[in-house]
Amino acid sequence: MKYTILNIARQLGLMLLVIWTVVSLVTLLIELVPGSPATAILGDTATQEQIDNFNAKHGLNKPAFFFSAGGEEGFVWNGTNNRYADYFAGLLRGDLGLSFRTERPVLDLILERYPATIKLAIASMLIAIAIAIPLGVLAGTNKGRITDNLASFIALLGISLPTFVVGPFLVYIFAVKLGWFSPTGSLYPEDIILPAVTLGAALSAILTRMVRSSVIEELGEDYVRTARAKGLSERTVVYKHVLKNGLIPVVTILGLQLGVLLAGSIITEKIFSWQGLGLLLLEDGIAKRDYRLVQGCVLVISVTYIVANSLTDLVYRWLDPRIRLS
Amino acid sequence: MNRLTYIGLGIASLVIIAAVFAPLIATHDPVAQDLANRFASPSADYWFGTDSLGRDVFSRVIYGARISLQVGLTVVVVSAFIGIIIGAISGFYGGWVDRILSGYVFNVFLAFPGLLLAIALVAFLGAGLGKLILALCIIGWVGYARVMRGQVLKVREYDFVQAARAIGASNLRILFIHILPNSIQPLIVQSSLGMAGAVLSEASLSFLGLGIPPPAPSWGTMIEEARQLFSIYPHVLFFPGAAIALTVLAFNFIGDGLREYLDPKQRTR
Repeated sequence: MKYTILNIARQLGLMLLVIWTVVSLVTLLIELVPGSPATAILGDTATQEQIDNFNAKHGLNKPAFFFSAGGEEGFVWNGTNNRYADYFAGLLRGDLGLSFRTERPVLDLILERYPATIKLAIASMLIAIAIAIPLGVLAGTNKGRITDNLASFIALLGISLPTFVVGPFLVYIFAVKLGWFSPTGSLYPEDIILPAVTLGAALSAILTRMVRSSVIEELGEDYVRTARAKGLSERTVVYKHVLKNGLIPVVTILGLQLGVLLAGSIITEKIFSWQGLGLLLLEDGIAKRDYRLVQGCVLVISVTYIVANSLTDLVYRWLDPRIRLS
Repeated sequence: MNRLTYIGLGIASLVIIAAVFAPLIATHDPVAQDLANRFASPSADYWFGTDSLGRDVFSRVIYGARISLQVGLTVVVVSAFIGIIIGAISGFYGGWVDRILSGYVFNVFLAFPGLLLAIALVAFLGAGLGKLILALCIIGWVGYARVMRGQVLKVREYDFVQAARAIGASNLRILFIHILPNSIQPLIVQSSLGMAGAVLSEASLSFLGLGIPPPAPSWGTMIEEARQLFSIYPHVLFFPGAAIALTVLAFNFIGDGLREYLDPKQRTR
């Protein structure tokens, strides 16, 4: 028990360390912008006064970091009144700064769009599970036969087909030709299906392969022989015994993939004009050079990813006693 | 090796031939516009038809192979080089060096969803071929480093390494003459999968308008341009889409096949 708590503490410590590094990177990335954000936003015709006002409003008139090196003066100590410390202080208060363009709090902009992205990610996960479990079981129980090869081929196809190729084709077939869904946006509740299938295609392929190899591995275990020997039907053996044990690694992958889905949704959201975090990052952030908003979006997506991964790791350790003990 | 690996090798060879001999294979100038001939259907003159500016889609797909392979190869070579060195240091020296590198640095790079980090870097740095390659290397090296570290940890315990150490071989010699050649197989698998990943990432970033700026015929850019009128002129999107899918599929087939071949436990037949 003592070791478990120590392990959890270490895990959480590492998570905080990684989050701190990621936030630092994101904060310092803005310094890489060629030219100054003020001229990028206000244009070349802005007066010095406008630029000064802009910089003062967004705290850009302060030094970037605790110290600056290089330049004409060499090493200069700037003290704690700098942009890096400001951003962290803001974070602790739940303040991600003001959008350079709209001057609305970045956190509000993100919270408006975040639910749409989460909804899409969860829907694509459910679709992926619905495809992967039957397909993986079918492949695993028919190892080496034509059904297995076919299922494995479909899975590899799903991994290799890029979202931005799958998406337009699904739209063409199911929205334009068959007219089942709206081609873009979400007018009706069922309009989530095409983006969710597009986003979940790769995940369902990965899951299919996982389920397949799990099933193959578990089928060789002693308890399967026992179950068969006491006369259970093959169906009960596979779905009640094998799948239950085989799903542990699958659960892990699901957790790890939640973050991947959030990041991958950037492309899917662009294809379907899905009003989520990815579209906010692309259209309002990057395209309009609203760097404060870009910072916020990158931060929220990566922190979600890190937290999802760490939690999965903890759950996995707890689920599987072999790992818990070692 | 299974049949899919050979199919992969075949497709990859075709893509490489297309890239190397692009000027000989292409039937038109890939960036020449012919506004009188917009959205022409595939014909004897324009094998894959023309796009929204009347450019020949076939020639653009062929030249696109150049961009994809150029980015893919550079990213694989540079990130493998960096990853191998860092992974070798981490595995070979162990102790606190390993704890910092594999316990912290690797985790930080794995903590970012790869594509998001590339998007963030390009968003702040600006678009362009060099910056794109830089961004993909920054997200790519850690995969090689992890594989290399694992191999070093395994191989350094082997008897011949102990023997080399006993006769007084230097650390560098042990690392490069004895450990590296014995770690090469999983690294080749990783490179093949990394190639597929790099080609896909380049196309994704170009699709998002964050990769190689037009009019360069990147497959991702071509898809983005074709998307607007896709429902009326599907052929403009179909060919670059098929090119990306086949290329990525080919390198995944090769990587998967090699992995199975090199790991007897996974060999099915």
